[in-house]
Amino acid sequence: MTSVASDPRAASSRPGGPFLSVEDLRVHFPTDDGLVKSVDGVSFEVDRGQILGIVGESGSGKSVTAQALLGLHKGSKARITGHIWLDGVDLVPASENDMREVRGSEIAMIFQDPLSSLHPFYTIGDQISEAYRVHNKVSARDARKRSVEMLEKVGIPNASRRYDDYPHQFSGGMRQRAMIAMALICEPKLLIADEPTTALDVTVQAQILQLIKDMRNELNSAVILITHDLGVVAETCDQVLVMYGGQCVEKGPVEELFDKPEMPYTWGLLSSMPRMDRVRQTRLTPIPGSPPSLIQVPKGCVFNPRCRFSDRVEGDRCFTVHPDLLPTSPRHEVRCHIDPEERRQILLTEIRPNL
Amino acid sequence: MTTETAASATAPNGAPLLEVREIRKYFPGRSGGLFGTRGNPVKAVDGVSFTVHEGETIGLVGESGCGKSTTGRVIAKLIEPTAGSIVYQGKELANLRPGQMRPLRREIQMIFQDPYSSLNPRHTIGTIIGSPFHIQGTKPDGGVKKTVQGLMERVGLNPEHYNRYPHEFSGGQRQRIGIARALALRPKLIVCDEPVSALDVSVQAQVVNLLEDLQHEFGLAYIFIAHDLSVVRHISDRVVVMYLGKVMEETDRDTLYESPMHPYTHALLSAVPIPDPTVEARRERILLTGDLPSPSNPPSGCVFHTRCPKFRLELSDSERDRCRTEEPVLEEKRPGQSVYCHFAEARTDLIDGAAAPTTSGIRGTRPRSAA
Repeated sequence: MTSVASDPRAASSRPGGPFLSVEDLRVHFPTDDGLVKSVDGVSFEVDRGQILGIVGESGSGKSVTAQALLGLHKGSKARITGHIWLDGVDLVPASENDMREVRGSEIAMIFQDPLSSLHPFYTIGDQISEAYRVHNKVSARDARKRSVEMLEKVGIPNASRRYDDYPHQFSGGMRQRAMIAMALICEPKLLIADEPTTALDVTVQAQILQLIKDMRNELNSAVILITHDLGVVAETCDQVLVMYGGQCVEKGPVEELFDKPEMPYTWGLLSSMPRMDRVRQTRLTPIPGSPPSLIQVPKGCVFNPRCRFSDRVEGDRCFTVHPDLLPTSPRHEVRCHIDPEERRQILLTEIRPNL
Repeated sequence: MTTETAASATAPNGAPLLEVREIRKYFPGRSGGLFGTRGNPVKAVDGVSFTVHEGETIGLVGESGCGKSTTGRVIAKLIEPTAGSIVYQGKELANLRPGQMRPLRREIQMIFQDPYSSLNPRHTIGTIIGSPFHIQGTKPDGGVKKTVQGLMERVGLNPEHYNRYPHEFSGGQRQRIGIARALALRPKLIVCDEPVSALDVSVQAQVVNLLEDLQHEFGLAYIFIAHDLSVVRHISDRVVVMYLGKVMEETDRDTLYESPMHPYTHALLSAVPIPDPTVEARRERILLTGDLPSPSNPPSGCVFHTRCPKFRLELSDSERDRCRTEEPVLEEKRPGQSVYCHFAEARTDLIDGAAAPTTSGIRGTRPRSAA
C-alpha cells in the first residue's frame, strides 16, 4: 500500500471521507454482440467496521462490481470509468503492479466456490502461507506458525495437522473457512465476500456468517457481502444496496430497507420468497418475466418490463426517462418515478399485507 | 388458510400411492490395500421408510450428504436399492428387471436439479420433451409434435420454440423444459430433486407456482427434495428430515415448523436466515459443531450424537451414555409426529424467536398435546 500512497499521482488521492467510496463506477465489456453494460453507474460508501450487502439476481452486476474493486479487470478489454476511493486513493487508474500490492493486504476476497478457488496441487497450508509471505518478509517457519494460528482462529480442528492437507481432504465448509483464513491473514481493511455461503448448507452457512462477523469485529474491517439471499442480508449487514440490470435501484440501512422498501423490484424480491416466519401463502408472488439483457438495456427505467406499477406514473416516463437515484429519507435512496408519497401508500396497502 | 391447514394435517388426501419400507442403499467402499480389501460400505441410505399418498407432496430435507438425493433416485429406480421394498400401488418395484420396470416408468418421473446438465445440448426441445413417447413406443392422440407443443404451452414456454436448442434458454426456462418432459407421460408421482435450487428467487417463485398448478391439474404426487426449508414449507404437506442416511423426524408440515422435536430439526430451522432484521436480532441460532461424520463409519448409538447440541449442553452423563450406546428408533412421540431421539422435546421459538405462540394466524389453530 505504501507504494501506492507515496505515488507521485498525488492528484488522484484525497484525504478524509469514508474508508471506501465508489463513485459512478461503470464496467463495460465490448463484445461482438454489442457493449455489455455490466455495471452502469454504481456509487456507494463503506466505513470500517461496517458490512454492506449487495443484493441482486444473477446478471445484475454484483460480482463484476466486486471484481472491479479488486482491479481484476485490468489487462482485459473491459472499460472501467468512475472512481474507487480506498482510504483516499483512487484505484481505478492504479497500475497492475500497484493493485498487486493492494490485493491481499488491503483488500481481500472470498469467492463463492472454494474448491475451484483453491489450487488442488498445493496443500491448504502452503496456499495460506504464500498469501502471507507475498506481503510480509518472514521466514517459512514464521509463516507456517501464523497460518496455523489463522486456521485455528477460523475453527479448523487440529490446525497444525490439517495444515498439510490438500483441498480435496477438506469438506465444503472447511474449505470456505480456509479461504477466509487466507483472505484475512494479512488483516485486510476491506473484505469482499462474493456469495460466500451459496454453495453451503444452512447449518454451515450460519457458522460462516458468524465467523465473518467475528472477524469484522476483531479487525475492524469494512466488509462487502454479495448475495442473492435477502435472509443472509437481514442477518448480517448494516447497509444494503439492491442491484438490478447493472444499476443500483435502492440503497439504505438494513432496518429501513426491510421495513420500508420503496422500489418495486425490492418489493418483488421480498414477496417472491417463501417465508418461514409468516402465515403460509397459498401462492407465491413471482416477479413476472426475466432479468434484462445487459446489451439492450430497456429504455427509461431498467425494471419497466417487469414492473407492475408503471401505470402509477403519469404519461410514459417509466419507458422514456431514466429515473435518478434520489433520497427519500436521509440515508435511503430509491430509483423510481413513482411519487414517494404514493410509493409509501402502495407499500402499506398493497405490498405489506402480502409479504 | 385455516381449513387447508386442518385438512392437510389430519387426513392425507387419497389412498397410499407409494410405500417405501426400510430401504437401504450401500455403495461399495473404496478398494485399498495390497490384497484388494474393501473399506466399509458407504451407507448412503440406511433404513428409510415413508408413505406417499395420491396428490400429496412429501418434502425431503437435510444437509448435503444426508442421502436425500439417493433416496429419490432409488424411488425413481435410477439405482437399485441394497435392501428394502418400494411398493407402488400394490406392486413391488425393488428388484424389477429394466424390462419389467419400463411400463411403470410412465407413472414415476423425475425432475433434476441442474437444468444445464440434465438436457442433452444436441437435441432440440421438441426431441427432449418428446423422447418419453419414443422410449415407451406410444403415440399420443393427435401426434407427438402437437402433444409436445401442448405441454410446452402448459409449462409456460412458447410452442414456436419447438426446434430450438437448450442453450437458447435461460435457467428458469430450462427447468420448465425438464418439467414438461417429466409430465409427458402423465405420471402420478414425480421425484423433484432440488428443482428450484439453481434458480434466482423471482424465477424460483414462478417454477414453484407452476409445480403447484400442475399438481392440482393432474393430481400429481411429489417427492420434493430440497435443502431450502422455506421452499419446503411452502410446497410440502408432510416433511421427512434426514441425517446420515436415516430419518430423524417425520411429520406434517405445520407441526414440523411450529413445534419440531428432534435437535437436528431445531438446528436446521434455527439456521435459516429470515429476511427481517428485527426478527433476526432476537432469534437464537443453534450452531452445530464439526462436520458430517462419514457415512461409511457412522457414530455408534444415535448417529447424530457427535454433533447434537442437546447431547453436548443439556444431558447428564448417564443420558449421554445412552445416546452413545443405544440407537434410537423412529417412533411416534406425539400423534402423527415420529422422531428418532431418546430425549425428544418440542420447541416453538425457533423461527420468530418468540417463545409464546404469536398472533400470526397459523399458530394455535390446532390443539396440541403436551410434549
